[in-house]
Amino acid sequence: MSKMTLKTEGDTQVVVTRRFAAPPEAVYRAHTDPKLIQKWLLGPEGWTMPVCITETKPGGKFRYEWTNGKGGGFHITGEYLELEPYHRIVHVERMHLPDPTPDNHIETRFEADSAGTLMTMRMTLPDSKTRAAMLATGMEHGMEASYVRLEGML
Amino acid sequence: MYELDAAFSALADPTRRAILARLAKGEATVNELAEPFEMTQPAISQHLKVLEGAGLIVRRADGTKRPRRLAKAGIEAMDQWLAMLRKALEQNYDRLDEVLAGMEKLKKGKKR
Repeated sequence: MSKMTLKTEGDTQVVVTRRFAAPPEAVYRAHTDPKLIQKWLLGPEGWTMPVCITETKPGGKFRYEWTNGKGGGFHITGEYLELEPYHRIVHVERMHLPDPTPDNHIETRFEADSAGTLMTMRMTLPDSKTRAAMLATGMEHGMEASYVRLEGML
Repeated sequence: MYELDAAFSALADPTRRAILARLAKGEATVNELAEPFEMTQPAISQHLKVLEGAGLIVRRADGTKRPRRLAKAGIEAMDQWLAMLRKALEQNYDRLDEVLAGMEKLKKGKKR
């Protein structure tokens, strides 16, 4: 359905937006209920998330573990800072590769709109170097190249 | 793929991003590249060395000058990598569309 947008703001942020044809309550639940998360937060083909634990309360912890079924895998741990059902989630997370990456602070908003829900996810990294490293090590979000593309390099 | 780490870490510096943006407009000499920055030529040369090492720019001999330009292969490799990451994220959200459609169906089923 609607196209995802992805851009950087300033030196340390990455912002992703996406519309969904479902009410904010459903989209919020799909971001917090382990059984639902395990169905979609999987990345490239062939990866699964055998472990998904979410302690959905402020200060609660979560843990996602992925595997490619061929011995490859990694995990993310994090803590919820704020949970406002069904509108907003603020959390911090880090990848373990196996050394932990610097904390990524993420605010996710779910706003009702005519078509359903507009999701806005804003990630804040400690500095621009960490943001670049996040892109290079395979976190989902690419942007330095949109910079490159925007400047008409290709 | 081996150069990607170097490429992204090269991009972590605002001066180096500005240099790439300048080179996007066309070839330039070290002097031309140094001009907009309050930096010495050796400092700029150091940045160019990092960009070159990361496979993002190449140099050409033109008499005594060594103009730099973007290295298409390096930029394309980085672009492909980001396209792949972007695709993985898009796949996640396409799957989420299906999960949400399933939830909606379940809810309607219960109401009946």
